Amino acid sequence: MAKSGFKKEKGTDFDGSFSSSKDDFTIALSGNAKVGKSVIFNQLSGSNQIVGNWPGKTVEKAQGKLYFQGQKIHVIDLPGIYSFSTFSMEEIVSREYIAHEKPDVVINVLDASVLERNLFFTLQLMEMEVPLVVCINQVDIARQKGIIIDEKKLEKALGVPVVSTVAVRGEGLRKLIEKAVKAADNPKKIPEIIKYGGEVEKRIQNLSEMIKSKKTSLNYSNRWMAIKILENDPEIIKNIKNESPEIISYANQLAYEIEKIHQEPSFAVMASERYTLANLIASGAQVQTKIDIPFSERLDKILTHPVLGYFTSALVIIGLLLWTFTIGDFLEGILSNAFSFFQPVDPQFSGAITAILWNGAFGGIVAGVTLIIPFVIPFYLMLSYIENSGLLTRVAFMMDSFMHKIGLHGKALIPLILGYGCNVPAIDSTRILETRRERLLAAFAITFAPCAARTILILGLVAIFVNIWWALALYVLDLIIIFIMGRIALKATPGESTGLIMEMHTLKLPSFSVILKQTWARTKSLIYLVFPIYIVGSALIQAFYAMGVLEPVSNFMAPLTVGWLGLPVFAGVLLIVGAVRKEFILLTLVSFVGTDLSLALNPTQFIVLAIVGMLYLPCFSTIAILIKEFGWKAASVITGANFTTALVVGGLFAKILPYFL
Amino acid sequence: MSDNESLSENIEEYLEVIYKVSLEEKKPVTTSNISKNLNIAPGSVTQMLKKLDKRGYVHYSPYKGAVLTEKGLKVASKVTRKHRLLERFLNDILKLKKDKIHSEACQMEHTLSDDAERALCQLLEQPDQCPDEAPIPACDFKFDTCEECLERKHEDVEEIGSRDENLISIISLGENEVGRVSFIRGDYKVIRRLMDMGITIGAMVSVIKLAPFKGPVEVSVRGSKLALGRDIAKNVFVELIDCESKDEDGALAHG
Ligand SMILES: Nc1nc2c(ncn2[C@@H]2O[C@H](COP(=O)(O)OP(=O)(O)OP(=O)(O)O)[C@@H](O)[C@H]2O)c(=O)[nH]1
Ligand SMILES: [Mg+2]
Ligand SMILES: [Zn+2]
Ligand SMILES: [Zn+2]
Repeated sequence: MAKSGFKKEKGTDFDGSFSSSKDDFTIALSGNAKVGKSVIFNQLSGSNQIVGNWPGKTVEKAQGKLYFQGQKIHVIDLPGIYSFSTFSMEEIVSREYIAHEKPDVVINVLDASVLERNLFFTLQLMEMEVPLVVCINQVDIARQKGIIIDEKKLEKALGVPVVSTVAVRGEGLRKLIEKAVKAADNPKKIPEIIKYGGEVEKRIQNLSEMIKSKKTSLNYSNRWMAIKILENDPEIIKNIKNESPEIISYANQLAYEIEKIHQEPSFAVMASERYTLANLIASGAQVQTKIDIPFSERLDKILTHPVLGYFTSALVIIGLLLWTFTIGDFLEGILSNAFSFFQPVDPQFSGAITAILWNGAFGGIVAGVTLIIPFVIPFYLMLSYIENSGLLTRVAFMMDSFMHKIGLHGKALIPLILGYGCNVPAIDSTRILETRRERLLAAFAITFAPCAARTILILGLVAIFVNIWWALALYVLDLIIIFIMGRIALKATPGESTGLIMEMHTLKLPSFSVILKQTWARTKSLIYLVFPIYIVGSALIQAFYAMGVLEPVSNFMAPLTVGWLGLPVFAGVLLIVGAVRKEFILLTLVSFVGTDLSLALNPTQFIVLAIVGMLYLPCFSTIAILIKEFGWKAASVITGANFTTALVVGGLFAKILPYFL
Repeated sequence: MSDNESLSENIEEYLEVIYKVSLEEKKPVTTSNISKNLNIAPGSVTQMLKKLDKRGYVHYSPYKGAVLTEKGLKVASKVTRKHRLLERFLNDILKLKKDKIHSEACQMEHTLSDDAERALCQLLEQPDQCPDEAPIPACDFKFDTCEECLERKHEDVEEIGSRDENLISIISLGENEVGRVSFIRGDYKVIRRLMDMGITIGAMVSVIKLAPFKGPVEVSVRGSKLALGRDIAKNVFVELIDCESKDEDGALAHG
């Protein structure tokens, strides 16, 4: 990164001496969703946080390091939020972090084209009295819309340093870090620019005086707590109530007085006053030069058009699947040929443990390479493009009423689509949803989503040995099952669903390097997750095979596999190993009967095996994350539902299909 | 019952029907349509429409039909609100038979006082639609949010006063029409989330797009674009700004 002149994590320090007298310090990035915090974070620290153009991507905070002028700087990437109220996990994470960990400086990243709304958050940060540097990002996009922002004027109005940047190109980042370091080195008092109207201000002061006299143990400034209580913030009120309830009863009286004067609840009074100030500052610091409609706006008209919008949405969703399907199939063929020199050593003859390990480990690696590269990388590349361009937000907008049918709102489509790649990160990202119930509903739907492993199963069994149309039909079947199961889950978990409130960010041409980095980051974490399981799992299967324990198990499961599903006896083993990773169904089958699977199964059996394999259990990693996020009970209910669905649908197909094939 | 009272009831019934039909059809309401709805001979309907025109409740032209004026809209949305709140009450609390509810509400709506209307709304927890899913118009008291109405429960509506302008939900704003947010219905959480995103009382909002199938609404506010689910958007009420052609087109002609 010679261009911007700072060193990343592993780099050695050239421009300063190691005997720096200063301690390490911490910079936190905070701001609204999708303003470019993670891009800045990646540029600064060189790590690969996932970025994307849909709201609220970074849910937990991410950490990285950089060296600048002999100082080691920790960088924290906080999730994007609009306010410090405590309705979502993101808001709580950010607020707790800033209030309790006390970073040396907070860089508040702003979207230059939506200055007023972004400043509303800046004002709240200033209220928390943290050392602040304001970063006006995406000035390139703002310029396209004819918006020019005067840094100097803004700096004067706010009383804190302001830097303009284009994060994707690294522009202005060096200056940003310089100002941040300066602000951290000699912290100035943050000016109290937000003064509420006299009647409100007086009551804030009275209340904060009372809080001061009561000496609460909470780690916030008194003024800030007073403001939050008057704003009716449930979290703070709860905490204070435990310590000294008289503060709250006094506050209630003050709030009532404010309401009486303003004829508005006090939180609304405060929000209005903050916005009034934000508006004042924004209109003073920006000029709108031209007003012709940029291309992105015209494109937006098509994407949310009452008819064309559905067309493009369907195109995006189906196109993403088809792209993964066809490109994956093509690449898989090439890669399998390349690896065809690999022949498993028959453990029965060689017998040695080394042979087992070799087969297992190497087989696992080959499997990993031939499966992950062709399916997962193209999928993540395309997904990344769709996300970063802002297309996904439009799809979420169009699909909102449809998603309501399964108790979710449009934003939940985003984790669901992510589930096409791998269920684990998808379930993780359900945190963008508001309530536990909604996260649970979304996670449940995701466990049925056609992830890469399921795609491989459908391709490897059905597309190759039956035909491509049946393979596509199974995809459609899967989508229908998601919908039906979603409806059932909704009926089983009554409750209110939250309405959609989502920012529609500007459509833009995504930066190529951002897409590549993001794809790599996602692939990398998948490799860490999957490869060890592949390798150990394959070795274990080989070992069990050698020890001859598989046959009794198969026989035990025969009533189900043979009786109900009409599969061969060895299917029992397949289903057991498939619980680890679904691809093992295919791999083990190959190790049993060789590459020409049609010797062992007829078309009906291929389809039934694919259906059952696709549905019967979420894989181990998915179950693990379900337990982590929702607890044992919910995880077992979801797993049970998967299993039942697989048996019902698989059994039905086993009975019906012979009439068609 | 004096003649005056029954006349005003009669007026309210007419305005209620014109309100309902013009929201559905978004064009002037014809005599025959009203006559069908109220089950009154077309001749008498024409008579009455002329009377309503003279009193400034509607604009009536024999060829096109009737449209509500601002004054007429105010009365119409008030009586519609009472009607639909009563329907909810009869349905949810008294659990009356479905087919009795409508006519019962039609009787009661004209005598329900404003204080009782407000109490009913609080009792039912600020419902936003009647049992058959027609929207309940916002109240016309000087409140900005339901939260405020709840907290000022010691004051009666006389002390609070009523607003002069008519409010419409942003989902009935037409393209390129601008409204000033005046009232948000809902609980603290939703209102707070909306305000954080810039939809504060007094903010200027315009509608960019209304997704079909009761989908979300895309609005522009404070230089940013937001998607709001229909259930949230329908509870954000605005006062129409700068609509010069308003009077000829009638008060419900937008959209
Ligand atoms: N044109 C342009 N695009 C940018 C710039 N900065 C960021 N982006 C794009 O904006 C999108 C959002 O960036 P992120 O870094 O994910 O935003 P974030 O603030 O971390 O978002 P959350 O974590 O969800 O709050 C990405 O697609 C970036 O490529 C910029 O300066 N110019
Ligand atoms: Mg981020
Ligand atoms: Zn009536
Ligand atoms: Zn009704």
